[in-house]
Amino acid sequence: MDNVGFYITTFLFFPGILFTAVVGLVFQWVDRKVSARLQWRKGPPFFQPFYDVVKLFGKELIVPRISSQTGFLLAPLIGFAGVALVSTILWLTNLDPTRTFVGDLIVVFYLLILPSLAIIWGGTSSGNPFSAIGASREMKLILGYELPFIISVLVVAFKLHTLSLGNIILIQQAEGLVIGNISVILAFLVALVCAPAKLGLPPFDMAEADTELMEGVILEYSGVALGLIKLTQAMSFFVLTVFLSIVFLGGLPLGGIHLLWSLLKVLALAVVFILIKNTNPRLRIDTAMKFFWGPMTLLAVFAMVLAYLGY
Amino acid sequence: MNLFRKALQRSPWVFHVGTSGCNNCDIEILDCLTPRFDVERFGIKLVGSPRHADILLVSGPVASHCKERLEQIYKEVPKPCLVVCVGVCACSMGVFKDAYSVEGPPDRVIRAIDPEATFVYIPGCPPRPEAIIMGIVKALQSLDGKVS
Repeated sequence: MDNVGFYITTFLFFPGILFTAVVGLVFQWVDRKVSARLQWRKGPPFFQPFYDVVKLFGKELIVPRISSQTGFLLAPLIGFAGVALVSTILWLTNLDPTRTFVGDLIVVFYLLILPSLAIIWGGTSSGNPFSAIGASREMKLILGYELPFIISVLVVAFKLHTLSLGNIILIQQAEGLVIGNISVILAFLVALVCAPAKLGLPPFDMAEADTELMEGVILEYSGVALGLIKLTQAMSFFVLTVFLSIVFLGGLPLGGIHLLWSLLKVLALAVVFILIKNTNPRLRIDTAMKFFWGPMTLLAVFAMVLAYLGY
Repeated sequence: MNLFRKALQRSPWVFHVGTSGCNNCDIEILDCLTPRFDVERFGIKLVGSPRHADILLVSGPVASHCKERLEQIYKEVPKPCLVVCVGVCACSMGVFKDAYSVEGPPDRVIRAIDPEATFVYIPGCPPRPEAIIMGIVKALQSLDGKVS
């Protein structure tokens, strides 16, 4: 327990809350700028996401009278803490792959669901019918995408015979990228489709659906709480790209020329999500469920069978 | 607080309230949000919930049945917020002056419940999108006291 101070520092500054928040907001700027360029617009200035968050932190926080106050105020904090913690685990493992523990892949799975669960709790506590509809959609969506997403990541774990992130990085650095196998390519495709649903990006944004449910789950939030939720979303975007690059693309080494290559990996993944987001209209919740439990799960299971057969 | 004010000036999220105008100003407001004018350059964003808004864009005279709704929406917006009256009807009633079914311009209705409220007026029938953008930008500058 003598290095508690070290872990608290890593959680608060690098690579925890501060680092993830800043890089997450930069990623949100990339998202908005690329979207704007795709629509032949000029797009927002570089500091736009920072202005948004600072402004939201300074605004009045209104708690609706009919809401359940504890859940309403606690939920954004829990989601924020979850995403900061998962970022800390991922980056500590990435910086030093030997600093790993058995089954941290499973811990990361659980922590990645935490923001979605928190937002469901917050949405249902707010007492707004639109938020309730949004929360119920988010719940169904989690049931939909988690199955193919977990199977697709387990393909890599099965292929490398390990459940720890550090070993996944070490083996890939020693024996070449795992993405060379056809089963892992299929699994990677499935994970790429599940990731926008995990982030609530179009075409899987039916829980927020701003034209239909008026932002759904986060409708009643204002001020600091809304700022935290927006920050959590921006951070999740960054954290999920890091997670996918660690599992499928062999980690993000930061030394020398590797830094450029790592940056390219995360940015390319982010741009893929942005392209999916800008070229697809929103799906209905039942279509999305059929899509995830039908073709996506089948593809993931097929990839698993291929991995079992040694491809 | 200064940092917050600076951030507020660069990130105004607007909520559109139609108080029974003739729909002309509403269409011009929507024109503002098209890629041609690209209000995201100034950080302006249309939000779906008054809880997220910093600016209320009110268009049209306040008809009797809209008065209650406008008051409720104004109370739902987290402060500080600005009210922008878009179009001549929202500024000074226009052709609806002395009509039997209207309660007065939005500023009178909102001042009745909050005397401290800040207003910006954008005249025109309908105002051009450029005028609306300029009005919002000036409204934000008025937070610093640069424009009275």
